[in-house]
Amino acid sequence: MDERFTDALSQLADYTSQHVLLSAAALALGVAISLPLAVLASRRPRLRFTALAVASLVQTIPGLALLALFYPLLLGLSALTVKLFGTPVPALGFLPSVLALAVYSMLPILRNSVTGLLGVDAAYLEAADGVGMTSRQKLLRVELPLATPVFMAGIRTAAVWTIGMATLSTTVGQTSLGNFIFSGLQTENWISVLIGCAAAVALALVADWALGLIEAGAVGRRMAPTVTGGAVLAIGIAAAAMPMGGSHGRGYVIGAKNFSEQFILAELMAERLEAAGQRVERKQGLGSAIIFRSLAGGDIDAYVDYSGTLWTNVLGRSDVMPREAMLEALTVALRERYGVTVLGALGFENAYALAMRRARAVEAGIATIAELAPLTPHLQLGSDLEFLGRPEWAALKQAYGLRFAEEKSYNPTFMYRAIADGSVDVISAFSSDGRIAADNLVVLADVKHAIPAYDAVILISPRRRNDETLRAALAPLIGAIPVELMRQANYMLDRDTDKATVREAARFLEAGAGLSRR
Amino acid sequence: MASAPLIELIDVTKSFDGERSHALRDASLRVDTGGFIALVGTSGSGKTTALKMINRLIEPDRGEVRFEGEAVAGLDAPTLRRRIGYVFQGVGLFPHMTVGENIAITPQLLGWTKGDIAARVAELLDLVELPRSYAARFPHALSGGQRQRAGVARAIAARPRVMLMDEPFGALDPVTRDTLGTSYRALHERLGMTTVMVTHDVQEAVLLADRIVVMSAGRIVADDTPGALLSGHAGAEVSALMAMPRRQAERISELLQAGGREIPRHPPHG
Repeated sequence: MDERFTDALSQLADYTSQHVLLSAAALALGVAISLPLAVLASRRPRLRFTALAVASLVQTIPGLALLALFYPLLLGLSALTVKLFGTPVPALGFLPSVLALAVYSMLPILRNSVTGLLGVDAAYLEAADGVGMTSRQKLLRVELPLATPVFMAGIRTAAVWTIGMATLSTTVGQTSLGNFIFSGLQTENWISVLIGCAAAVALALVADWALGLIEAGAVGRRMAPTVTGGAVLAIGIAAAAMPMGGSHGRGYVIGAKNFSEQFILAELMAERLEAAGQRVERKQGLGSAIIFRSLAGGDIDAYVDYSGTLWTNVLGRSDVMPREAMLEALTVALRERYGVTVLGALGFENAYALAMRRARAVEAGIATIAELAPLTPHLQLGSDLEFLGRPEWAALKQAYGLRFAEEKSYNPTFMYRAIADGSVDVISAFSSDGRIAADNLVVLADVKHAIPAYDAVILISPRRRNDETLRAALAPLIGAIPVELMRQANYMLDRDTDKATVREAARFLEAGAGLSRR
Repeated sequence: MASAPLIELIDVTKSFDGERSHALRDASLRVDTGGFIALVGTSGSGKTTALKMINRLIEPDRGEVRFEGEAVAGLDAPTLRRRIGYVFQGVGLFPHMTVGENIAITPQLLGWTKGDIAARVAELLDLVELPRSYAARFPHALSGGQRQRAGVARAIAARPRVMLMDEPFGALDPVTRDTLGTSYRALHERLGMTTVMVTHDVQEAVLLADRIVVMSAGRIVADDTPGALLSGHAGAEVSALMAMPRRQAERISELLQAGGREIPRHPPHG
């Protein structure tokens, strides 16, 4: 069988379990908030209007943005709880995902429940009064049972939405079936993307079917379907919770941003820890602004970042220093300001660079960014999703007076496609990218040193500062990975055919670096 | 006026549109224990409003309603309603409950034991002449007449002394309506109930009630025994209303006397 397929299947149980738990928790929270709110709203027209308007408004926020918005919100809340109770709330992973999904699930539940309650025939309400029910008895014995078909339909819609949307929680560090989709998209591993989608669809169908059984049983007052549907849901959730129950205490959490090199390095670090007998959780696909703060906040324990990125984005410095001096200054500043340890540099640089097709550069006689500058009004720039918003781009633009005719953003994989097919003339390449050599691109020299060096460095969170196990597992990587080796490993994932899995690339890197496993 | 009446409406007024028109205007009514009162009148005459005020389904704007000598406004509405049976117009049985569960509601709200409730449901089904097996059926599986029998059973389940009925047999065919009316009247006697029934069918009122209260535009325009009202009344409106059943009765007896021979529908000119 295809290695990619077996690799994906080995992760299916873990991803599915986490996906199920996340969706179930979010839906339960959504129902717990929406149902009482719907009861109140069905009695108060003004509240009804407000609640439905707010729920509809939330629905128009793109799911990804909603998830991202909960991060700073929880970060603020975390600062508050530290002040009040001395313990932080996690701003990444499960909590923001559950909150965002629950908020998202509210509209269908709220709208259907209100509609259902308002739709109860007035004759039955009068009959309920007439036989001597209090308003509470009337609600529980008459209104809710009669509204059941309508609000169960809302819960079913919400369940399907929530299970689909839960794939996005990967981006805020919560493992879900989205891990298949996001890492698959990144490395163009379509098998992985398909497995992720198929699993999410299957989950949604099963949940909808089980809820449908419960509904049919409740409406027809038959025990068998309700019990069957309830049992399917209960067993599914219990099975998903099982592997969690066995382990005590949190293992190590290794983070990764959302590109191949990060996946490989995170996998390498994780496997070294696992080889040392530790339990490891991988949080992949984090945005580069979120990932440092989650390390500083202790949500993740270690990840690889780049000195120039930290220098400009985290420390807010715009000056450029020699490579060694900057690394030293960075190490001191991160420790003093955030308590974050720079364990050391891996030995290669992944710099932001501008690259062109070799033939095109030779033809135009361009070898440096300075030579490119006068031609930019006739050229199109392709960049990754972050570059145009980063200070490095501002620095380059200012130093060389770059004025491109058009600037387009792509995900990295599609960016290389765009330059290959001529859609853009220049791209914001990464110097460790295997596709530079493979695609016959040339990197244009930053002769004015407008942007700093980008040494790959291992960062360790404040709470793991003195963790000898972690240091022992990761220290051998320091200085062990030359840029050619990293390019080869990256290319194993980024090439169009005969793709390797992240695990294979990580093992290749480990072997190439001459690191033996104990 | 030896003892206080069981139910009393004193100068009650009700408007649903901010005093532009009145569903009830200064209406007064007293119902003594054991009476069977029919409230008749055209739609909009205020008869249903008057009925619903007795168990506080509608509150008067002015005036007072008393039950067993107490002002109902001072009583807890659900508690009051559990002491008064109510048969609803048309529907009223809860569609998501079985017939048995529907009948058991008020005893259940009153906290009866399960055993007492089950025994009572069986007894009531016998009383309203429904097979006991019907307890497990849902209302939609019953005919209109059977549903209304179940409705009567539900209303008397907690042994109320008073029964309010809002056009209880209005949606039924004439034969079923007559059977149900007669068997309810028998129940009324047997259980020593006091009944107030709203109906737009004067004939039904004449045949079942001891006293007929005629309403028009929110006012009580006549209040007497069926016999007295049939034999003539000062008000044209009341006379016209009461003339109908009398004419029907005369016509029927003519037919019976003619022994089946055809008689002309209109007296010949001449």
